[in-house]
Amino acid sequence: MANDKTTNGPPSFKRELLATLPSLRAFAFSLSGRHDKADDLVQDTIMKAWAKQESFELGTNIKAWLFTILRNEFYSQMRKRGREVQDSDGLFTERMAVHPSQFGHMDLADFKKALDQLPDDQREAVILIGASGFSYEEAAEICTCAVGTMKSRVSRARARLQDLLQVSGEGDYGPDAISTQVTSGPPVS
Amino acid sequence: MKDKSQMQHAAGARRRMSDDGLGPNSDIGMKLRALYGAVQDETIPDKFLELLEKLDQVELESNAQATQD
Repeated sequence: MANDKTTNGPPSFKRELLATLPSLRAFAFSLSGRHDKADDLVQDTIMKAWAKQESFELGTNIKAWLFTILRNEFYSQMRKRGREVQDSDGLFTERMAVHPSQFGHMDLADFKKALDQLPDDQREAVILIGASGFSYEEAAEICTCAVGTMKSRVSRARARLQDLLQVSGEGDYGPDAISTQVTSGPPVS
Repeated sequence: MKDKSQMQHAAGARRRMSDDGLGPNSDIGMKLRALYGAVQDETIPDKFLELLEKLDQVELESNAQATQD
């Protein structure tokens, strides 16, 4: 890899860190449920990762390494302050409204509410597997649990989400949810 | 209990099991990725780029210091 600036600095560590930032932010948001908290978490993670970059071997999975740091950071902060997601809804809906998605943003706001109701271990499991693109083995390593535990968390999370969405999906935003599904994507049922 | 991959339909880019209910055709899987993707697609805030620049700079300077000594 070409060294553009220096021979003794860590340019490729920085580059790899940069490349992982978008998914790291998404993971932080999924865990914390709030944009402001998420960015604080990412910032702390960057500092931590930078300080201990010697312990990272270039060429190995930096994404899993960074996710592990962020996750540890999240839980240590949560033990001190607790998880507060309540006031994020307005801001979230506002931000989602400008993002092109196959779903209506109210539909996703409902989904996020359901996600926020899951126990922490199930939420992180379903995100790591369903959205972050990790294998069960990688996710189990990040969460320091057995692969079988990861599988059962994912399946419980999915079942619970299905329950929650069926209950809250009807009535409130019904027509909107249906029309957005019809206009794009493969059939769901 | 979910078992090893039994379904054989092509699960797109997913390399893990396709029977965990989070695949390309699952409602929950799609919403998860839409939610996640919305944040992932945002431009990285400048403060992070600046922070990395700063960390890099500090390190370069301390390295330069070390070689001078």
